[in-house]
Amino acid sequence: MNDSLRAFFSRLRAFFFKTSLDHDFGDELATHIELLTEENIQRGMTPEEARRAALVKLGGVEPAKQLHRDTRSLPFLDSLLQDLRYTFRTLRRDIGFTTFAILIVGLGIGASATVFSVVNTLLIRPLPFRDPTSLVWVANSPGALGLSGQTMQVGHFLDLREQNKSFSDMAAFFAFYGVGDNKLTGTGGEPERLTSVPVSQNFFSFLGVKPRLGRLFTADECKWNGPRVVLLSHGLWQRRFASDPNIVGKSLTLDDQPATVVGVLPASLDFAAIFAPGSRIDLFNPFPLTPETNRWGNTLAVVGRLKPGATAQSAQAEFTVLSKRITHDHPERNDIDASLTPLASHVSGRLRPALIVLACAVGVVMLIVCANLSNLLLARSASRQKEIAIRAALGAGKARLIRQMLTESVVLSCCGATLGLLFAFLGTRVLTHLTSVSIPLLSDVRMDFSVVGFTALIAILTGILFGLFPAFQVPSIKLHDTLKDSNRGSSQGHGHAWIRSALVVSEVALACVLVVGAGLLIRSFLRVLDLDLGFHPERAAALRVDPNSSFNTQEKRNAYFTQALHSALEIPGVEAAGLTDAVPLGHNRSWGVRGKGQVYKREEYPDGYVRIVSDGYFKAMGVPLRAGRDFTERDDMNSEKVIILNETLARFLFPGKDPIGQIVNADDPDRKVVGVVGDVHHLALEEKSGNEFYIPIRQTQDFGSVDLVVRTSLPNSELVPRLREALKPTNPTLATGTLRTMQQIVDKAASPRRFVVLLLAGFAAFALVLASLGIYAVISYSVSQRTQEIGIRMALGASAQKLQASILFQTLALAAIGILIGIASSWALARAISSLLFGVTATDPATFVGMLILLTAVAALAGYLPARRASRIDPMSALRAS
Amino acid sequence: MSTQLDILKGNHLMVLKTLEVMGALHGYGIARRIEQVSGDTILLNQGTIYASLVRLQQRGLIHSEWDASSNNRRAKFYSITRYGSRRLASSAQNWEQLSIVMGRFFAAQKEPQQ
Repeated sequence: MNDSLRAFFSRLRAFFFKTSLDHDFGDELATHIELLTEENIQRGMTPEEARRAALVKLGGVEPAKQLHRDTRSLPFLDSLLQDLRYTFRTLRRDIGFTTFAILIVGLGIGASATVFSVVNTLLIRPLPFRDPTSLVWVANSPGALGLSGQTMQVGHFLDLREQNKSFSDMAAFFAFYGVGDNKLTGTGGEPERLTSVPVSQNFFSFLGVKPRLGRLFTADECKWNGPRVVLLSHGLWQRRFASDPNIVGKSLTLDDQPATVVGVLPASLDFAAIFAPGSRIDLFNPFPLTPETNRWGNTLAVVGRLKPGATAQSAQAEFTVLSKRITHDHPERNDIDASLTPLASHVSGRLRPALIVLACAVGVVMLIVCANLSNLLLARSASRQKEIAIRAALGAGKARLIRQMLTESVVLSCCGATLGLLFAFLGTRVLTHLTSVSIPLLSDVRMDFSVVGFTALIAILTGILFGLFPAFQVPSIKLHDTLKDSNRGSSQGHGHAWIRSALVVSEVALACVLVVGAGLLIRSFLRVLDLDLGFHPERAAALRVDPNSSFNTQEKRNAYFTQALHSALEIPGVEAAGLTDAVPLGHNRSWGVRGKGQVYKREEYPDGYVRIVSDGYFKAMGVPLRAGRDFTERDDMNSEKVIILNETLARFLFPGKDPIGQIVNADDPDRKVVGVVGDVHHLALEEKSGNEFYIPIRQTQDFGSVDLVVRTSLPNSELVPRLREALKPTNPTLATGTLRTMQQIVDKAASPRRFVVLLLAGFAAFALVLASLGIYAVISYSVSQRTQEIGIRMALGASAQKLQASILFQTLALAAIGILIGIASSWALARAISSLLFGVTATDPATFVGMLILLTAVAALAGYLPARRASRIDPMSALRAS
Repeated sequence: MSTQLDILKGNHLMVLKTLEVMGALHGYGIARRIEQVSGDTILLNQGTIYASLVRLQQRGLIHSEWDASSNNRRAKFYSITRYGSRRLASSAQNWEQLSIVMGRFFAAQKEPQQ
């Protein structure tokens, strides 16, 4: 072993000292020949004879030198270097081709590397926690859509944590925190609304997160009514407190009360990217696990850590049994049917199909790039036949020639990959700055070694793939004919043309698949945008206007609400205003609800999504009133308890009856139904509403936040200062930084779909351009090869129109074959993306017809240009030129 | 290495043995010597001797140095290294063993069939 290693380094050294070693060996050989010659002379030969005999005995000077060179050095590396030098020379000579090739490989690889870095972050790279594969998301019930179904009651959490044997520990956070729940005042600067997440005491240590400054929460701080403390996120610490190293121990004014900073979390903890994509989390505070919080109902989002050896499946079995027992033992609590998913698939599982589609699409793009370059190289190698023939005549072996061609294509693809890495770098930068896209972990997408390694691999594979056809074309070149220059004109081999046509056909077919895929997704996207959401997002905006702590009784709060609504309505341009505790597509919670006197089994007890609203809300949000009346200012704690249902719930509770005037039990008191409103898509754009009901804000205290929703024709820039001014007298410390238009909220909900659609449409467009270039290249090459033939035809009387038509026909025939294959494969493949479709079937005829028209038009255009050129050929010059 | 027999190739062994016996020698001298010792049964294409010399040098069994030859001509002289001597000794021993074993095989008669 030692010997061969030493030999390798010696060879490597020899590789770098080539000239001096050549020189050295030349001297050595000269001495050898002189000594041999002298000996021969002594034997009685003439000097010429002696020298000749010496050379014979040596076996020739050049072979000896070659043998020496090959033995002492690395012959493979040597010839590779030669090939590379030659490649750079020829590529530089053909700068147009080189630029084009590098550009399309660059675009293809740039797209691949960008998509790979996203896939890598979301599906491959482990979550940024300690031992992330053992983390499991514990939902309250399987397949639940709303937050209340995902979360569990504090009592259940404590019981499960104590009784289970599968988990080493469990932690939780309060899932009903509101965006902008906390108002920060003082500390220099405008009052600002911050988002804080209450977490169980062990939450961060459970995840393996160590504070950057200070400490985590103590048990004392997690008691009911314990001291008010917060942990700052790294982002807030940097932004608002200029990374103050002495922040720990300082007191902030949060919601007009002091709270002590006990620590700062590290930058590596990106809670929002994982648990609340597309939002910003600023603070964390302790969540007490006590009888008081247990009474709040389903509130906790729960994560468990599997013991070594346990799996999510085995734990699920145990939790199913435990859930049944706990439900049975605690009739006073909500039901539980714990449902376990590995945390990684909970976070990015929903996006997995979309990402796989994107990855496949980018693979198809790369195949088209390869086919295109293959085609170009074939055309090039046809024009380089003479050069290759000369090299072969001078003794270059077939293997060497093939290797030379492959070297050229790999060099091209590696240059392209370098450019591609640059594109990917820009691409990932753009992605990480898409703050309004609610895709988990998107801000963590980055270029790392695995991306660079992937790119290198793709580059080499691509180079070999597109170089393969042209390279194996080389041995078939007929040396003799080529050198005699006798095969010009139209005598180009049929096999060659066949391969090029096949490549174009496959390009068209692949482009077809991408266009169909993109078309289906675009149509789905348009369908989603066209949905009647049950409210009108345009011209509506929401602003947090929570009453501050000075409004400490329900009476005072109600007065504040009335005053705030009046001031908002007085602003010219504001058409309607109302209050709500939860705007659609944001938070949701559900309560049990039934008609008075109706009896249900425990597991069939109906529930509905509850919203606490004021008069004017429905008008401001554009939710239609179907029957009865809206709430009024007089629906307060002194008047009759009332409720408004949505159509679905009204039908469910009172089928075939007039719901108005019926009595409903939702929260404690009996409530009379005074109105029915339209259903609202509030869970997700594509999800139906389910049961919904509305309770007047002046008749309850059970809300965590208050948003003022206004319908207005004013632009945002005017609305914010006017609202601030109007509300100042009633709420002087109002933070107005968090005005959200409903359109922004809808756009954010549509953002993952838009993200996928945009990328896929981009790929399809790129594929279309490449395919049309491929068609153009093949047709225009065949025209230029047939110049002479065309000249003869025209001289014999063929009309320009007829020629044009025949060339166009040739083009369309190629395209037609490609499209046919493409339709067949899209038909088969479209089913794979059916889970991403909305409102269209996988075999949507409009999409397929649209693709057919688009591709035919593109092909016709690509064929028309060379056809026109052919029809303008001057027969005389064409005949003379050759 | 220890379980396998340490046997250098025949031509390498001849070069090493020559250098051990003769001391420093140039390429021509080594080729002549091999031809002489073999009684001209091995007629070398003398150019190939240099490939062997390169291989031996790469493995550190010999080293080379430019010097003046007996009739004042500049020539490259090769000599065996201490490591080369060690390898030569063990290799030679194994060669002998092998040739005895091979001899026995060749001496064996075809056994009469029963």
